[in-house]
Amino acid sequence: MKGQQDLDVTAMIFDHVGDSYYWHLTDVGGTPVAIPLPVLVFSEHTGWHCFSSARFHHGHEACEGLAIAPKESPNAGKIIEVATGERPALDCSVTKNAAGLLIASVLLCLMIVGAARWYKKRDVTAAAPKGFIGSVEMLVNFVYEDIIKANIPTHTARYTPYLLTVFFFIFLTNLLGLIPGSANLTGNIAVTVTLALFTFVITNIFGTKAYWQEVFWNPELPAWLRPLMAVIEFISLFTKPFSLTIRLFANILAGHCALIGVLSVIFITATTMPGAGNGMMSVVSVLLAVFLDFLELLVAFIQAFVFTMLSSIYIGLSQAHHEHE
Amino acid sequence: MSLLIPDSGLFIWMLVAFAAVLFVLTKFGWPAITGMLDERARFIDEGVAKAKEAGEKLEKVQEDTARLMHEAQEQQSRILDEAARMRQDIIAKARGEAAAAAQKVMDEARKQIETEKEDAVRDIRRQVGLLSVEIAEKVLRRNLSTDQAQMDYINRLLDEKEKESI
Repeated sequence: MKGQQDLDVTAMIFDHVGDSYYWHLTDVGGTPVAIPLPVLVFSEHTGWHCFSSARFHHGHEACEGLAIAPKESPNAGKIIEVATGERPALDCSVTKNAAGLLIASVLLCLMIVGAARWYKKRDVTAAAPKGFIGSVEMLVNFVYEDIIKANIPTHTARYTPYLLTVFFFIFLTNLLGLIPGSANLTGNIAVTVTLALFTFVITNIFGTKAYWQEVFWNPELPAWLRPLMAVIEFISLFTKPFSLTIRLFANILAGHCALIGVLSVIFITATTMPGAGNGMMSVVSVLLAVFLDFLELLVAFIQAFVFTMLSSIYIGLSQAHHEHE
Repeated sequence: MSLLIPDSGLFIWMLVAFAAVLFVLTKFGWPAITGMLDERARFIDEGVAKAKEAGEKLEKVQEDTARLMHEAQEQQSRILDEAARMRQDIIAKARGEAAAAAQKVMDEARKQIETEKEDAVRDIRRQVGLLSVEIAEKVLRRNLSTDQAQMDYINRLLDEKEKESI
């Protein structure tokens, strides 16, 4: 017990919100209990490597010339090549987040395809579904009617599948992230940047002539303003996906950090004010954590809603038409 | 800080996984659900239109029914009036016939009485004639001396005749 008293709260928080080559469940008597995950690495010196992360023995041993970098290294926690101390050319290991991502993807496909089967078996005169399919329909209806149709009046059918997928993907991963011990997917910037990239590509690939004209030579502005606005609009093409990335990532990450921080109060007060003070603070921190968990449930929905809403607004803008058209 | 730098491995996984999810759901998930939502919205709109139409039809039918009822009532009262008139006609005719028949009976009775009266008068006349002849016969047959005796005799004869006739 002595070893756990000099608790490094910062390290603990980053351990929880960060990625790992193990699915860490708990510690029993100082030894971690974790599910080992597959390591898949391509090194320009030694080629492809594929083995279980159990062979690292929790970072204590090297394997096939690869090792997990120590805490002091700039690549802390990542796989490095023992020979050079550098990151390998490609590290496609199924990390905790990648595993969580695969689970969430399969789960989402099962849920939605399962719900779709209900609709394929029935015609329009059937009564509206109840239970799980009913709640899926409620969300689909909300996104479809209030977000997609409201913001994208033309070519709605082209964008509907993407926007519905984005909404449900973010909502589901947000909720899964709230389960203790699960992967923190939407709080990871690699995940959110991919989602934002999808929106960026889909927005601009189908952009109308009028949209590009508004970006580079807006006819509604006085001539002397047009070059200036062209620069600003061009930059905003990229700030839009950037803001999407950071908003989702930061909101979820901050929520998780706050939650773990509040719970850490129990362990901090255990050393600084033992006895009654610790007991009282524990009650306070658990109550606060419960409150934060409920808040995170709300945030899970709001962030999915905001990402989908902004994506559909950007897409709607890219479908602009001039009045005379 | 590593939190802010996207990890290339996870980025690739995410790209592949999300693209796969997007493909699967676009192909097998969303169209069925949104198709049903669109169709249901259309179905409900049509239902509302149909209900409106049905309401209008019902109103028309009700109007027609009311009109028919009114017509039927008019016809009924007309028929009743006619029947009442006919009844009165029949009664009046029957009364007339009865009166005529009664008159006929009365006339016949009167005629019969007349003839019987005539018969009776004729009978009386004959009787009076016979009486007169009988009296005259008796008067002529007796030879009367005095006027007083004549008168007494005549009176007695008359009394006798009177008694006889009684």
